[in-house]
Amino acid sequence: MTMVADRPEGLEEASVATPEFEKAAERAASRRGFLLSLPAYAYLVLFFAVPLGIVMMYSFATRNRFGGTDLSGWNLNAYRKLGEPIVRDILFRSLWLAILTTLICLVVAYPFAYFIATRTPLIRNLMLVFVMIPFWTNFLVRNYAWRVLLGNDGLFTNISEALGLGERELLFTTSAVVIGLVYGFLPFMVLPLYASIERIDLSLVEASRDLYASGFQTFRRVLLPLSMPGVIAGSILVFVPSLGAYVTPEILGGAKTTLLGSYIVTQFLTARNWPVGASLSFVLMAVMLVATLVYFRTGGRNL
Amino acid sequence: MSSTVQPRGTTKIALTAHSWLVYLFFFAPIFVLIVFSFSDDNNVGRWGGFTLEWYQDFVEHNQLQNAVWVSVRVALLSTVISVVLGTLAALALERFKFRGRKVFDALLYLPIIIPDVTMAVMMLLFFSEFFDLLDAWFGLDLQKGLGSITISHIAFNISFVSVVVRARLAGMSEVLEEAALDLYATRWKTFRYVTLPQIVPGVAGGALLALTLSLDDVVITQFAAGPGATTLPVFVFGLIRRGVTPLINATSVLMLAASVILVALSLAFQQFSGRGGRPSLRAAREAVSAPPKTNTQIKEGINQ
Repeated sequence: MTMVADRPEGLEEASVATPEFEKAAERAASRRGFLLSLPAYAYLVLFFAVPLGIVMMYSFATRNRFGGTDLSGWNLNAYRKLGEPIVRDILFRSLWLAILTTLICLVVAYPFAYFIATRTPLIRNLMLVFVMIPFWTNFLVRNYAWRVLLGNDGLFTNISEALGLGERELLFTTSAVVIGLVYGFLPFMVLPLYASIERIDLSLVEASRDLYASGFQTFRRVLLPLSMPGVIAGSILVFVPSLGAYVTPEILGGAKTTLLGSYIVTQFLTARNWPVGASLSFVLMAVMLVATLVYFRTGGRNL
Repeated sequence: MSSTVQPRGTTKIALTAHSWLVYLFFFAPIFVLIVFSFSDDNNVGRWGGFTLEWYQDFVEHNQLQNAVWVSVRVALLSTVISVVLGTLAALALERFKFRGRKVFDALLYLPIIIPDVTMAVMMLLFFSEFFDLLDAWFGLDLQKGLGSITISHIAFNISFVSVVVRARLAGMSEVLEEAALDLYATRWKTFRYVTLPQIVPGVAGGALLALTLSLDDVVITQFAAGPGATTLPVFVFGLIRRGVTPLINATSVLMLAASVILVALSLAFQQFSGRGGRPSLRAAREAVSAPPKTNTQIKEGINQ
């Protein structure tokens, strides 16, 4: 500090790193950061946080006789309705289909991602580009493509008939919905799996094989534990949108396969029971938040 | 990577076959859709000779054309606004510590992870309450339409843009910015001539992502749209629910083409960003980062 007096003339007081200066600089940085974030902050509060609050308010409200909603007098009626058989069935069906979709994606994507990760860089990039193309193409169109393929007079039926398997009606069944969901979300599984497998030092696999581990043992004891972050991340990225899927079951599913997403939409557009719709979308969001926390705790940290 | 870990023998054959099957699964439906969009048969699953009739129908279909223009306008407007807001947010979060930073960070992540249906419900209830309020307070009679769709698209696009730009900023050293400030560049000049040129690939990537998401969205748009204006995906979704027609095939193929063009553009930008900007910038960065002396360290050196 004694040297401060010797500083060259013309240099302003504040430009020397005194504690006061550091504090002032910190305050200035804090103010700048706040001002920079302000437009987006304000926007998201107004058009995201406030709407979220309104949904919460509605979920505690009561539907009146005219199909409108009474916001006064909060109660848990809408949440109690979740225990009713119809709603419970839909919840369980959605959960089951989301789990099934996630498992199928995992089984299909793992060897595929491993294969990509062990290619030469050029082929690897090429393979990734061809995963990215369906990933980026319009979701609606991709689902519609299956509608054409599985349809009454579609290619699938024709092939099945030609092979002598008889007329197989897949469209508007649960299988069609699962196919559509797997098709839609498979890239979400492939990409994180690839990212975590690619990161593994594959000489460990080699070492395991050298020490007489079988292929399966190597997978079970070496590859799988090391790629766990990718498995968890991919599973969450597939599970969450599958659970709330609306477009796919609407296009490929039938009346018997009503899922959570469609049920919520019905509550708003036709049944006009807004409190129940609001409470269900809140439940859906809660599941998503828990999944995201798990993601950050386990997969997200390492990935 | 050592070549000895390459899968061998039957494993390799199985893995290769599996990969081909995955690609078949990915692309067969798209391929079939494209082929049958040129089929001259009212039944979408039957080949009836080559025709461009359905594309002609698309061009002449008034409602579809209107929907296309609504889509394009919403996409462009929401992209421009969310790119500006998202980039500012990314800069704030990556370069500054400020009060409320953590809350902002969390708020910024929510639109990405929230289920589409929940966000759609949020928008429906919000606009219904908001318009009631405007009507009661100011006597404004507003309808859902282009404006409400754009507002809802910006609400999710800001987050995606900021994530992409943040990734770019995080991988970028602050040394150049510090150097510019040390050399008496103003904050604005530092941003304009040092920070901005380096984050351009990130901003462009974020913009393309925002454009794609806006053009693709069905669920949220459906709830934010009014009787006056719907986007192309929402309109097509309505058509699909009424049944499959060759006209939808042709429209779908055109939407597909638009997506592919956007992917190609984004890949081109990634290629550009992979090279790490202009050579002179890279050289400067290497030169600056070699001696790890920051402003304060140099001052300490002088003081000792």
